Amino acid sequence: MDKRVTFKGLWLPLLLVAPQAVVTAVFFFYPAGQAIWQSLFIPDPFGLSMQFVGLGNFEYLLGNSYYRASFVTTAIFSVSVTLLSMGIALYLAVLADRLIKGSGTYRTLLIWPYAVAPAVAGVLWMFMFNTRIGVVSWYLGQLGYDWNHVLNGGEAMGLVVVASAWGRISYNFLFFLAGLQAIPKSVIEAAAIDGARFWTRFRTIVWPLLSPTTFFLLVVNVVYAFFETFGVIHTITAGGPQQSTTILVYKVYADGFVGQDLGSSAAQSVILLLVVGLLTVIQFKYIERKVHY
Amino acid sequence: MATLSLRNLQKSYGRTAVIHGVSIDVADGEFIVIVGPSGCGKSTLLRMVAGLEAITAGDLFIGADRVNDREPMDRNIAMVFQNYALYPHMSVAENMGYALRIAGKPKAEIAARVAEAARMLQLEPYLARKPRELSGGQRQRVAMGRAIVRDPSVFLFDEPLSNLDAKLRVQMRLEIKGLQRKLGVTALYVTHDQVEAMTLADRMIVMNAGVAEQIGTPLEVYERPATVFAAQFIGSPAMNMLDGTGEGRQVRLANGVAVPVAVEAQGPVKLGLRPEHLTRDETGPLTMQLRMAEPLGANTLVHGTMEGVPGDVVASLPGVHREDDLPSVIRFSIPPEATHVFDAATERRI
Amino acid sequence: MSGMVEKRGLSYWLTHLGLIVGVLFIFFPIWLAFVASTVTQAEIARPPMPLLPGPHLVENYSKALVAGVNVPVATMMLNSLVMALGIAFGKIAISLLSAFAIVYFRFPGRKAFFWLIFLTLMLPVEVRIVPTFEVIANFGMLNSYSGLILPLVASATATFLFRQFFMTVPDELAEAARVDGAGPMRFFWDILVPMSRTNMAALFVILFIYGWNQYLWPLLITTNPEMNTIVMGIKQMFPSGDDLADWPVIMATSILAMLPPVIVVISMQKLFIRGLVDSEK
Repeated sequence: MDKRVTFKGLWLPLLLVAPQAVVTAVFFFYPAGQAIWQSLFIPDPFGLSMQFVGLGNFEYLLGNSYYRASFVTTAIFSVSVTLLSMGIALYLAVLADRLIKGSGTYRTLLIWPYAVAPAVAGVLWMFMFNTRIGVVSWYLGQLGYDWNHVLNGGEAMGLVVVASAWGRISYNFLFFLAGLQAIPKSVIEAAAIDGARFWTRFRTIVWPLLSPTTFFLLVVNVVYAFFETFGVIHTITAGGPQQSTTILVYKVYADGFVGQDLGSSAAQSVILLLVVGLLTVIQFKYIERKVHY
Repeated sequence: MATLSLRNLQKSYGRTAVIHGVSIDVADGEFIVIVGPSGCGKSTLLRMVAGLEAITAGDLFIGADRVNDREPMDRNIAMVFQNYALYPHMSVAENMGYALRIAGKPKAEIAARVAEAARMLQLEPYLARKPRELSGGQRQRVAMGRAIVRDPSVFLFDEPLSNLDAKLRVQMRLEIKGLQRKLGVTALYVTHDQVEAMTLADRMIVMNAGVAEQIGTPLEVYERPATVFAAQFIGSPAMNMLDGTGEGRQVRLANGVAVPVAVEAQGPVKLGLRPEHLTRDETGPLTMQLRMAEPLGANTLVHGTMEGVPGDVVASLPGVHREDDLPSVIRFSIPPEATHVFDAATERRI
Repeated sequence: MSGMVEKRGLSYWLTHLGLIVGVLFIFFPIWLAFVASTVTQAEIARPPMPLLPGPHLVENYSKALVAGVNVPVATMMLNSLVMALGIAFGKIAISLLSAFAIVYFRFPGRKAFFWLIFLTLMLPVEVRIVPTFEVIANFGMLNSYSGLILPLVASATATFLFRQFFMTVPDELAEAARVDGAGPMRFFWDILVPMSRTNMAALFVILFIYGWNQYLWPLLITTNPEMNTIVMGIKQMFPSGDDLADWPVIMATSILAMLPPVIVVISMQKLFIRGLVDSEK
């Protein structure tokens, strides 16, 4: 797709793309190249020289039980966050769509947590579940349940999942509601005349027609869970206890900045890069297909 | 105001030639219509004159200046686009004055010239409005106003009426013609509509596949079409075109019928007969098996076939004729001077 | 979905009930934070804390804004504002220019440039933090606004968005501008930019929130508390040892941290939704 009209000139367009080209090169391609380069080396213990190890860092990582555990943690975390927040969002969107009037009001009430930063969401949930003063943990204690996400890895995972999913509901709700409202009323009415009850209509008509939205949200939410939840984890659990909430992105940070293990961190970056690449390809494949039909 | 000369203008994209050398000298104040089917290169030719498409070969003169390599703004032309191309965020007055603003004209002069153009086009009440608040006809006028205020040497129109409904199209056609006469400006007008071409043009260029098939006044093209294409493109319904063999001053059709013609013709030819020139004549040489009649009020279109001749034939009979009242076989004659004979190989007029 | 089919009655009220439960679930954490920001430390330290606001709102918020824990929250908010505006304006500016060049010019390297930009879609800053940090450190841009802003300014999404929009601008507008005598930059300023206003505004809303809510990046490069942004600064307000955190001030800060983006989302809801949908497609 190209424009029929173009302006003449060589220096002007180059000048126009220069700012973006420079910023991208310096802060993007150079660091990305560095990440790949560094992933092939390990520094000596004094940080004075680098020793080339080829794919050694990758071999080490893939053989490392902590790293493999982090993969599993990330998978559990991403799937849980995605399903939980999409599930709640779909439920709310279906309800809001049932209303003839007032769905706009609920939309306004439901969308603004989008603006709450993941890190702030983390602080809010940590406050509620604080082992000493948290309201929810206190009431749980009254019910005889001793909540302690600082020591219990399962509870820690549950908390970061809920906090991450909570912040994402607005986004999913918006897209689901838009998707539902795009389904022609006449189709639903036809199904109703055919005698389909609400649940049957949802299962056989609405859900299939909603599938493009659902698929799109699946990919976007997995990307969110992979990368943007760093703030939630850092504020609530800092990856603990015993690495039970150390997702891949957190490990890049922990190994690179806290542990100063640059080679390993760089190798992890490269692996993550491949993961994002894969997700992006899936997303584009899907968009392409959608464009075609 | 100026003359305009196209000398063997050519355009190719890579190896594909789309304009095969068009030449015409346009007199000052003349209205030229370029007409042809879509894809014939007429818009490309216009855009080459405008400076929006590069000229591959040939020369383009506006007045005495060769302007091949000049930017559009330096050619002193104005253009009216098919979709008007009004700047959506500017008011009518701003749209019309934009070129003058760029040229750095004083505000007072811009205002005066915009006001003058607005008065001429009855746009005064709308000067403060945005294009989206205007009707199609009003937008069309603004597009013309934008062209007028620049006081250009040449007016270029790229199918300016094709986005309007039929009634408005007739009205705007008259306005464009009136305006062009009043301003006395040279105009180049592209359309696929032969009625627009016939009514607006001082002369027309009939284009087909990048070639100017014929250049002439509307009546010349109608009465003496230079090629089979020009003959069939101009005139409605289209001219009947029958294969035949030239035998001196007559053409023998495939079914053996001989039709007298006004020229000497030998060998394979195409015989062109305008539907409106076929007259009912019980002794005429042509016989048509009637298939359908379409009464249009002033005249009636009679569709049918000639036995032994491939293809359909149409005749236009004056007055109203109901299908049931017509015989199943109708005989026609045609005066020799109303026939058109074309060489079958070159498709050029004999 | 079925509004026309099923009307009032029990299901109508159940629908509202379900939505209200959802709204409460969304609101509860924020309500609790708000309550905590209006009571005293002592009230929070003795669980369960009250569930209705107390009288200490002004006290807590002014303490946070003026004194904070390490640094006044007002300072952090200013830093966040500079960062968010810098990222939003920066991205919009460089993306507008490069999209204009890509769409309206033919220059050598155009395709290559386009694909390089495309690649950046795939790499969130989180993936390349260590080397990016080194670049910033080498430039001496730690603890500076430019260090906060520049690495986040390179954005493919904004470029693609503008490119897509420019492709929908009719060719005839550019031609008319050429006939009117406008050069490329004149066309850009007089016609393209004014026509892109809505797109720019929608994008601004999204980018402002994106910039304001950054966490990891400011955490890495602002070692000086004076340069902390508010979203990352909250975590720094927690004491490192076993001391009890100053919860009222921290919660007041949390509320302050969400206020600007929430105001932006609510007051520009239409633009926000449009920006969200546009930038994701």
